[in-house]
Amino acid sequence: MTSLPATPHRLGERRPWTAVVHEWATTVDHKRLGIMYVVTGMIFLVVAGLEGSAMRAQLTFAENKLISPEVFNQLFTMHGTTMVFLMGMPVLLGMANFLVPLQIGARDMAFPRLNAFGFWLFLLGSILLYFSYLGAPGLDGAAAAPDVGWFAYAPLTERPFSRGNSTDYWILGIMVGGFGSMTTAINLIATTLCMRCPGMTLMRMPLLTWMMLVVAILILTAIPVLTAAQVMLLFDRSLGAHFFDTQNGGDAVFWQHLFWFFGHPEVYILILPGFGFISEVIPVFSRKVIFGYPLMVAATVAIMFISLGVWAHHMFVVGLGPFLNSLFAATTFLVSIPTGIKVFNWLATLWGGHIRFTASMMFALGFLAMFVLGGLTGIMLAVVPFDWQLSDTYFVVGHFHYVLIGGLLNAIFAGLFFWFPKATGRLLSETLGKWSFWLLQIGFTLTFGPMHISGILGMPRRIAYYEPDRGWEIWNQISSFGVIFQILAVALFAWNVITSLRSGRRAGNDPWDAWTLEWATTSPPPEHNFDTIPVVGSRRPLWDSKHPEDPDSSYGA
Amino acid sequence: MVGVCAVSHLMLLATVSIDNLEVCTPGVSPTSIFHPAGPAATHLNDVIWLVVGVTAAIGVVVLTLLGVAIVKGRRPAGLSPGAEPTQVFGSNQVELAWTVVPTVIVFLLTLVTVRVIRDVDLTEMPDGALRVQVIGHQWWWEYRYPELGIVTANELVVPVGRKIWLELESADVSHSWWVPRLAGKRDVIPNYQTNTWFQADATGTYLGQCAEYCGTAHAGMLLRVDAIDAAAFEAWSTAQRSTAADPSSAVAMRGRAVFESLACASCHTVSGVSDGLFGPDLSHVASRATLGSGAIDFSEDNVRRWIDNPQAIKPGCNMPSLGLTPDELTAVVAYLMGLR
Ligand code: HEC
Ligand code: HEM
Ligand SMILES: [Cu+2]
Ligand SMILES: [Cu+2]
Repeated sequence: MTSLPATPHRLGERRPWTAVVHEWATTVDHKRLGIMYVVTGMIFLVVAGLEGSAMRAQLTFAENKLISPEVFNQLFTMHGTTMVFLMGMPVLLGMANFLVPLQIGARDMAFPRLNAFGFWLFLLGSILLYFSYLGAPGLDGAAAAPDVGWFAYAPLTERPFSRGNSTDYWILGIMVGGFGSMTTAINLIATTLCMRCPGMTLMRMPLLTWMMLVVAILILTAIPVLTAAQVMLLFDRSLGAHFFDTQNGGDAVFWQHLFWFFGHPEVYILILPGFGFISEVIPVFSRKVIFGYPLMVAATVAIMFISLGVWAHHMFVVGLGPFLNSLFAATTFLVSIPTGIKVFNWLATLWGGHIRFTASMMFALGFLAMFVLGGLTGIMLAVVPFDWQLSDTYFVVGHFHYVLIGGLLNAIFAGLFFWFPKATGRLLSETLGKWSFWLLQIGFTLTFGPMHISGILGMPRRIAYYEPDRGWEIWNQISSFGVIFQILAVALFAWNVITSLRSGRRAGNDPWDAWTLEWATTSPPPEHNFDTIPVVGSRRPLWDSKHPEDPDSSYGA
Repeated sequence: MVGVCAVSHLMLLATVSIDNLEVCTPGVSPTSIFHPAGPAATHLNDVIWLVVGVTAAIGVVVLTLLGVAIVKGRRPAGLSPGAEPTQVFGSNQVELAWTVVPTVIVFLLTLVTVRVIRDVDLTEMPDGALRVQVIGHQWWWEYRYPELGIVTANELVVPVGRKIWLELESADVSHSWWVPRLAGKRDVIPNYQTNTWFQADATGTYLGQCAEYCGTAHAGMLLRVDAIDAAAFEAWSTAQRSTAADPSSAVAMRGRAVFESLACASCHTVSGVSDGLFGPDLSHVASRATLGSGAIDFSEDNVRRWIDNPQAIKPGCNMPSLGLTPDELTAVVAYLMGLR
């Protein structure tokens, strides 16, 4: 399939580092690209985590003067932008890259070179964004890094209010990375639709692959809208157009519509792959087949459609009028139904199972608990009158960190502990993993739980300092305290990865006694994945071969 | 193990409600949404408790199920070692149940939501309301009372017990007007008029701040509403309508000359003296309680500090330091202190 001679090398073999770099830089192997995505994403997790920690340090005391408002505003912009576009997207696309071809019994993605192109676009985009620190200052006193917030509301992004070039770097960095995501999405769709091994019908695909397919469709629907909006903004800033330039008749609300038409699907682009990891991890470690597979698929597809019609719930305070507010409240409530179905199906899978408390499984269970809480505060926010009070406050910050850290990050860790042995041939340390788990849950709860309270007490988000008489200080101090635990959790994980790569236990092909095709090949898999293309007769081909007396196919699964 | 985690979250939910009870007693937080002081905020609060109740109930049920599943799953009864548990592929009845029940719940929540939206989200000015135009500026508030011919800044003075109809506009970027005890927030968007309303049921000062990120000094764009009784409001509006007071001493006289000769006049209006529109109207600045949109209290000392170097008090704000000599400073301060 590929013409490049990038043969995998055995662990421990010594070659000049230039040869190694060259090999990785020119690879078109979906597994290596996947690993590069994940590693880059995890590096940005650390970068954005440090930005967040700096903000928490500033907010520990009322009227603190540690960090100036200018720098603080850059911090939250870069933190949010990085976490969404430079951490979440690449880690998830990377996992998709690595896993989807393996799970459907294919030798690579449909378009391997396009795949590599996507990765390098993403990397270029991230470098452009961070280059703003060096290249953007331009005119007198203009911001060094973007300081317009991750949703970059117009007209704050227009020339008169954002001088220098920082906003241009924000636009270009995200736009270039966005093209990368779109190529990857096209690739994922083509791969899942055209490259499944014999017997792998759509309704036999592993749930992770299903969810990645839906994510790819959402990416192709949502990201072009953001790209279009960014092009318009670029025209405004550089060519004198007036799309969002309110001083010349432009429309600020138009930007909000375009951004959130992308922005809400984007949050599902981020969480659906997490749902996918959980849907693989929970069955294996409860030793049970996923409960209600067809309904899970249906719920995923329903989420895809409904999530395209809820964007204005981010705009309840704009004053769109009672009719639109009611309409978007209704659609938002609607999207919580398929989400709820998934939670219940995972619970039913656990129910009556024989649970193995591996680190991966613990993260998955942590996901369930935290995600439910985040979903419930989401429902509260969908109640428009409640949102009029709590929109743009720390309550919302609490909500989306519950779904993104408690939900997504827990799911990512569950997935990393689960598939690390497949990617590297070695197991991560379970003991260190469990320490990471508890530290993360404790730290996370301390940091983001109290934010709901400070929001209820009237604390808006994105403020660089606050008044001492509002009763917010204690909650902010607890929040800041929790950060220490989270830093420890991530540091331990990094240590775990480094030490396990050298001396972790050998994994063998199938360390978890799992059931999907990626466990049928070696760890790490050869470049061509499978010596002979597998043929499957059910959703759990490896269950069938391990239990020939009771195969899934006899239940029509 | 994760059960512990779930329990700790329930405890967290519990603390939220305990805290709510606590903040219902005035004085703990002047900006708590659970301490409404007028119908626009009370309406919201009715539904808030219902929603918190429903979601908390769902949370308890789901997390309990999770806890039980985990505890049972540790050592499943009747499973011989090495054997796999029974494989259950699904159940139409059960899955139908947990599709229908949530559907019913969210349908009810939708109805409740729509009802409150209808009650609170007014599109036309209610009868007998007092109309005020709110103009957001980076990073201060301008208030105009078209029927009363008043222009002022940063402190909204209203009569108690009367509906106030706000017409929100912005001079630059988007802001959001939010005084939690009086009403939910409403964005203030350039080239796009929005409205909201509130009514203060008791006299007093209500605090809030801009809730839409609007640039460097967003954190310093505080809000303040003073609700006073009808008679006091009458007196206040008469005073505000009058032209700015003439200087009453030689120093203040010099102060006015300085004010007119420097850039102050091109940014600030003092009725009868100057007509700058970039900064707050100063015609009656000495009748206010704060300076710089709530940055510091109004006092002779603070006026001096502010004019000397506004950037030290409110970093990033749009008033430059004009480098006045101590003499000029004394004179200008004396003049401003007389603008009651
Ligand atoms: C470039 C325009 C500009 C100039 C020149 C200027 N100001 Fe200001 N001034 C502002 C702005 C803008 C604000 C509001 C700052 C804020 O709160 O963010 C302000 C605020 C004030 C306030 C506080 C008003 C309030 O109610 O909070 C006072 C008092 C004041 N200026 C006095 C002066 C004096 C006296 C001078 C001349 C020495 C002066 N200003 C020159 C723009 C200007
Ligand atoms: C039950 C499902 C959910 C509902 C009903 C829901 C509802 C909402 C609502 C109404 C808001 C707007 C709040 C405001 O700004 O005023 C919001 C914000 C947000 N939600 Fe959710 N949500 C749900 C799940 C999720 C998930 C799964 C994610 C991502 C993984 C997510 C991520 C976010 C983010 C990032 C924001 C804030 C965006 C910003 O303002 O920066 N939500 N949610
Ligand atoms: Cu949303
Ligand atoms: Cu603001």
